[in-house]
Amino acid sequence: MTFSPEEWGAVLLSLKVSGIAVLASLPLGIAVALVLARGRMPGLWLLNAVVHLPLILPPVVTGYILLIVFGRNGAIGGFLERSIGLVFAFRWTGAALAAAIMGFPLMVRAIRIAIEAVDPGLEQAARTLGARPWAVFATITLPLIAPGIIAGAILAFAKAMGEFGATITFVSNIPGRTQTLPSAIYALLQVPGGEAAAARLAGISVLIAITAVLCSDFIARSVAQRIKGR
Amino acid sequence: MLDLDIKHNAGALDLDMRFRTGGGITALFGPSGAGKTTLINAISGLLRPDTGQIRIGGQVLFDSTTGRFIPPERRRIGYVFQDPRLFPHLNVRRNLTYGARFAPKGATGPDFDQVTELLGITKLLDRRTADLSGGEKSRIAIGRALLAKPQLLLMDEPLAALDAPRRGEILPFLERVRDMGVPIIYVSHAMAEVARLADTVVLIKDGKVRATGTVSDLLSDPDLADFFGGSEAGAVIHATVSGQDADGMTRAHTSGGPVFLSEPHERGRQLRLRVQASDVIVSRDLPTGLSALNILHGRITRITPCPGIGPDRAWVQIDIGGEAVLAHVTQRSVGALDLQNGTECYAILKTVAVERSAAPQ
Repeated sequence: MTFSPEEWGAVLLSLKVSGIAVLASLPLGIAVALVLARGRMPGLWLLNAVVHLPLILPPVVTGYILLIVFGRNGAIGGFLERSIGLVFAFRWTGAALAAAIMGFPLMVRAIRIAIEAVDPGLEQAARTLGARPWAVFATITLPLIAPGIIAGAILAFAKAMGEFGATITFVSNIPGRTQTLPSAIYALLQVPGGEAAAARLAGISVLIAITAVLCSDFIARSVAQRIKGR
Repeated sequence: MLDLDIKHNAGALDLDMRFRTGGGITALFGPSGAGKTTLINAISGLLRPDTGQIRIGGQVLFDSTTGRFIPPERRRIGYVFQDPRLFPHLNVRRNLTYGARFAPKGATGPDFDQVTELLGITKLLDRRTADLSGGEKSRIAIGRALLAKPQLLLMDEPLAALDAPRRGEILPFLERVRDMGVPIIYVSHAMAEVARLADTVVLIKDGKVRATGTVSDLLSDPDLADFFGGSEAGAVIHATVSGQDADGMTRAHTSGGPVFLSEPHERGRQLRLRVQASDVIVSRDLPTGLSALNILHGRITRITPCPGIGPDRAWVQIDIGGEAVLAHVTQRSVGALDLQNGTECYAILKTVAVERSAAPQ
């Protein structure tokens, strides 16, 4: 199997976009999951709804909202460009932002379930042993929810690899710049004679997805074993 | 040591508690749902009471009038929960040493080798917690709390989850922990544990402190006998071993005269004896021709009805010279023997159980 440089570019760009999207959103994902699982303040339902919005909105609508808010003339997009020179519109960074937002609900959900499974009694025990809340989080909570974090990250990564609608709406489909794997497959299917290349890319897509699932399974299992005390 | 006066609304239960206790083991005794766990959660700082003060030594842990509230991690109060709550991702050794890194530099307390030796867990150190038995987990939870070098140790029915043989296995360890000089507040609703371990008893019912006192005073109080389980009620008295008789029986002296025990005890040891009220026969004259060996002379200090056991029964408290034993007899006997406050009598003890044996002081 041979790939054209353009096809390779799409594969590599997708991996980069998805990887960065997951890594950059993970700390926020853990924080939001913590608030949703443990928070006692009013209005949590609103946060929960906002977090889940990308899951239920049509992706094109999400992309459109991103364009309005994070475009060069958008409220946040304009501010970020002027202050730190970060541009999202029609750049790979925009693809990463779209991927992160689309994967966020899945990530938060997995981590939140893991947090809710932690016995608060263990954290109380740690505090009576002299650990401050931050130390409790670092030494007890975080190790115990590690499998959930890994599962959430892999889910979000897989979602990001397949993200199409929001991405193409927000950053378009520019080969070498914003053309991710799904956009490339879509573009190939629009031109005569592109089917063979599309099939090759689809195969790569399947391969990456399977590898991700196997990796996540393996890591989660070994972490879970360590955590259950076996 | 501990000085507490708090009010707290815990849903179905209104807590209004006030007591003060010294060193040694203080038992918080009362039925389930009386508020015992809520109380020690407040002492540990896991729960902030609505109002009141909690002081330990000279340190104010909580004072609602000034808004002072010291969080649990800065109270240095060890807590052994009902369930062991071992950290599943850490092995036994790392569970045990978890608190040590947070303890202040100058903190005193038993060191790692002492604690593991004392609790008999030296062979478990590299094990995973999932492989341990219930009794082993309990011991490690106690060790973990001790190694944080606490100034006070709270224990919430640490034996409740264990079967009787395991319980018997842990009790001696608790006594050794007490002998290390760490004051313990011990929550229990098992009479036998209280009789064996406690120096001070705090009776709790419906969120209130019903009585506070030494174990001898409270267990021989007829007004509290129903509270201590009616038929299970019985006094605790102390004795000093004075020697061995020719036939092998141990002779020990109580404030009311000698008692004889079949098991050997070293001369000079201080014994704590439990005498169940149902094992005491009251006689106005020194009985003769009786197989019972243990007959103490005393004076009746109180007679009260005992509705918990039956309307035809009465509790009789007999002072044996400083300490007291408790008997329950029929109202008919009270009348027939003309038992009254101040009546001199003999208490015939059918069974005497040795609850505790300590080295001479």
